[in-house]
Amino acid sequence: MRASPAPAPPEATALEFHDLTVAYHTKPVLWDVDLSVPSGHLVAVVGPNGAGKSTLLKSALGLVPLSSGYVRVFGQAYDDVRTRVAYVPQRESVDWDFPASVFDVVLMGRYGRRGWFRRPDAGDRRTAREALERVGMAEYADRQISRLSGGQQQRTFLARALAQDADLYMMDEPFAGVDAVTERAIIALLRELRDRGRTVVCVHHDLQTVREYFDWVVLLNMRLVAAGPVDEAFLTEKLQATYGGRLGILETAATQLLTERQGRSTK
Amino acid sequence: MNPQLTIVLVGACAAVACALPGTFLVLRGMSLLGDAISHAVLPGIVIAFLITNSASTLPVVIGASMLGLLTVFLIEALHRTGRVKEDTSIAVVFPALFALGVLLVARYTGQKDLDQECVLYGEIAFAPDNTIVLLGHEISQPLVVLAGVAVLNLVLILALFKELKIATFDAPLAAALGLSPVLVHYLLMGTVSVTTVACFESIGAILVVAFLIVPAATAHLLTDRLGVMLGLACTIGAVSSTGGYYLARALDGSIAGCMAATMGAAFGVAWLLAPREGIVARALRSRRRKEQFARALVLERLGRSQASHGELVAGLRWPEDRVREILAALTTAELARTDGDAFSITPAGHDFVQQVVGS
Amino acid sequence: MDFTLLTVMAGAGTLGIVAGALGCFTVLKRQSLLGDALAHAALPGVCLAFLFGSAVGIDPRHPLLLLGGALLTAWLGTLVILGITRTTRLKQDAALGIVLSVFFGVGIALLTAIQHTNLGASQAGLDKYLFGQAASLLPHDVWLMAGLGSLVLGTIVVLFRHFQLIVFDPVYAGSIGVRVRLIEVVLTSLVVVAVVVGLQTVGVVLMAAMVVTPAAAARQWTHRLSTMVVVAGIFGGAAGALGAWTSSLASRLPTGPIIVLWATALLLVSLLLSPRRGLLWAAVRRARNRRRIRAENLLKDLWRLGEHDGRGDVARAVTDVLAVRAAPRRAIDEARAAGLVRVDGSMIRLTPDGKKRAAEVVRNHRIWELYLSRRLELADDHLHRDAEDMEHALDTAVLDEIDAALGYPSHDPHGRPIPRGTTA
Repeated sequence: MRASPAPAPPEATALEFHDLTVAYHTKPVLWDVDLSVPSGHLVAVVGPNGAGKSTLLKSALGLVPLSSGYVRVFGQAYDDVRTRVAYVPQRESVDWDFPASVFDVVLMGRYGRRGWFRRPDAGDRRTAREALERVGMAEYADRQISRLSGGQQQRTFLARALAQDADLYMMDEPFAGVDAVTERAIIALLRELRDRGRTVVCVHHDLQTVREYFDWVVLLNMRLVAAGPVDEAFLTEKLQATYGGRLGILETAATQLLTERQGRSTK
Repeated sequence: MNPQLTIVLVGACAAVACALPGTFLVLRGMSLLGDAISHAVLPGIVIAFLITNSASTLPVVIGASMLGLLTVFLIEALHRTGRVKEDTSIAVVFPALFALGVLLVARYTGQKDLDQECVLYGEIAFAPDNTIVLLGHEISQPLVVLAGVAVLNLVLILALFKELKIATFDAPLAAALGLSPVLVHYLLMGTVSVTTVACFESIGAILVVAFLIVPAATAHLLTDRLGVMLGLACTIGAVSSTGGYYLARALDGSIAGCMAATMGAAFGVAWLLAPREGIVARALRSRRRKEQFARALVLERLGRSQASHGELVAGLRWPEDRVREILAALTTAELARTDGDAFSITPAGHDFVQQVVGS
Repeated sequence: MDFTLLTVMAGAGTLGIVAGALGCFTVLKRQSLLGDALAHAALPGVCLAFLFGSAVGIDPRHPLLLLGGALLTAWLGTLVILGITRTTRLKQDAALGIVLSVFFGVGIALLTAIQHTNLGASQAGLDKYLFGQAASLLPHDVWLMAGLGSLVLGTIVVLFRHFQLIVFDPVYAGSIGVRVRLIEVVLTSLVVVAVVVGLQTVGVVLMAAMVVTPAAAARQWTHRLSTMVVVAGIFGGAAGALGAWTSSLASRLPTGPIIVLWATALLLVSLLLSPRRGLLWAAVRRARNRRRIRAENLLKDLWRLGEHDGRGDVARAVTDVLAVRAAPRRAIDEARAAGLVRVDGSMIRLTPDGKKRAAEVVRNHRIWELYLSRRLELADDHLHRDAEDMEHALDTAVLDEIDAALGYPSHDPHGRPIPRGTTA
């Protein structure tokens, strides 16, 4: 980690998507998305299943081919600012039976920063250990990853991202399948990152916690429905437009809750 | 019987016998279990061979194919210990059994009519010489056995068609209906084992994999319907095995090897030219789709506000000619209309966007 | 040991080391059968190279020529597998099966066609690529194998972190700038090289085992990728050298199958006896656990009988106690051996130790039932079965916490008292 809290990156905009269209096979996943995300915010990307949320992150990371449009990260092409970006994939996307310790995984966060053909040095190890401490996993450094709980797996991934010491963190469902304690620990950490001027973008599923956790929101359903500060964009009618007829029981309840709150706050 | 005709018929019967269970192997994503079984029955066949001096009587076929079921069971048991993944389990079990078989063959080569190469590609050319007397006629024994197995497989699949179909395409539903998935699985694997063993003498342990999988995979590229797929797989198998025979005569090479090669060629043709799944059809579809995307993206912008060619080029960052081409196509199709320099979207254009994006 | 045997052992050992080390990545990537398909796909290449050599008038049996041909078609096979899975609805398994069997068929057709022509006695040399013929290895073959093997091992060392990352987490690897496709191509090329190197020794058919079996065995002994690669190399090398030696002991013991059987033996030993993942230890643990559960159930039954008739822990008829859950007779022998019960003729009663343990088990059961009923709102009829399993599994510290969280309740959901200390 940096010795002193780093100043906010000079760029006002962390992510820009210009008329982005992405298609798998012949079906569009993202359609003409035009969006810029200001830096220094804690951002939720919200939408129904299959709305293209993960694809939005992956398109910024150069991991999916774009049908049209382009993406800029801190005003530049991703390849030029790669070391300033850390990505946390979905926890289920990897096989946790892989032979590695927690520390091995966190150390992977240093691979892209130092030369690929150099062994990680003492500095890399220190950074990795500090990252583990920050997620409360210091004592699990030597634990086999096959023996971690879901929450511990997520913290390990988070520590790997912290070890990258980035300005922009992109996380695919960091709260999926984790226990309440881990969820609180993660959100505290994300807030701390935000308060130090970093930008954090999370694909998020739980509509009920959007207001509490995030200060900026992107509503997505193949097309961009709304984006902006939570107070301006996270509104019932926008949510209805995002989810259409697909609001599940939980989401409906959340929307009702939201409506009540909005009603109260206007009184 | 004419020896040539006998060989062609043996090849066709083997192809049909294999294509029937092979279709389900391909659909269930278990092609490699077929591969594993065909290798692993070798020690069983060798033992049977050493005892009876023949591998193609029905009792021997059934006895030796028990080893096929044992293989499937071993693979699953090993996988279920949680110590190795399923693909690894397959890849360690069958080579071990096959190695055992090869070792037995090597130990007893010369004492019996069995050699290493025969294990790999069989000797279908000997089929006419190996005869039994049936109903007063002298007839090739492999032909009788393979025809028998083909009929057996056909009867089994016709009798259990509905059950197999449900178990293959909707396992949860099958379980809910009280069809035991384990029973269906082992029945299929038993069929594969019997078929493999029956084919052994004529086409060997490895080339039988081509007979099991390739015609079925080819049929899968050509149709969506199970019944049609079964019929197609049998036809493709029988026709290409016959073609393989004549190729072998021209090349003076292994008949079974050439049969596998022609099956591969049939697959190649289907892969290239299949009406919906083929490479050509896909490429055309993808190009059309790309063009539709481009048009819909332009329309999307016109839907927000009317725009000139220059404005669209600036906004989309596409080459000028490309945008001009699309605008021309859109106006011709009356999806957009032009008013001097400015283009705007028509109601039909809105529908078009909806259709492209919504699909 | 004579020089020929040493040469063969060196060749087979080299192959084992290279294939074993490399196999770790294919096994972890769940591509165990790729090696099998590639080995089969190499056969037509060998034959084509032979025909090519004969046609242009260079030595058609030159190992480099044949290896070159093998590399070519094995690579083509890889591309076809990739093409089928990318552009059709067929899955990986079908693609592997198609390539394996069709390429092999073409190879067999060519091989037999060559045998039937009169290209001279040299044609016999191709047979050895089917099952391998380690005995035919000459020093210059071994040098070639060692050279290619060093190339493979060197690449593994240099690209170790790349390989680790694309196997474990390819999406993340892409995000930090790894060219995932390129590295995958390199990895597959190495497998092709290793497979081709092995053809002459174990043959196309058994090559799959050389790649997969040592790696699967090594996985049982370690939780570190680097250690796994080293151990797999050692296992592979040992299987190769031991196999070559064994097959020299008697006639008609073909080297390839013997090597594979040695590797399989190493895998079996690893599966059964490795310290942390060994199935034998797991079985012992399970048996011990079952014994403990049997004893605890017996204690619980004795306790409940006492509760039921209000006479506490008087001596009871053995048959009555066993009848509660149709427990086997040896449950009593085991509990007596552990000093938990005293048996006097046909009567049985709890010892003081047994009474203490019984109170604990009953408490655990009832607290857990209460927890399920209050916190998870499970229906009453579901409670008992769940608690039956958990009472033996939960440790006392956890139950103390649950007890505290529930406010030290006095009765379970069925209204029965929860024993505390030794006095119920």
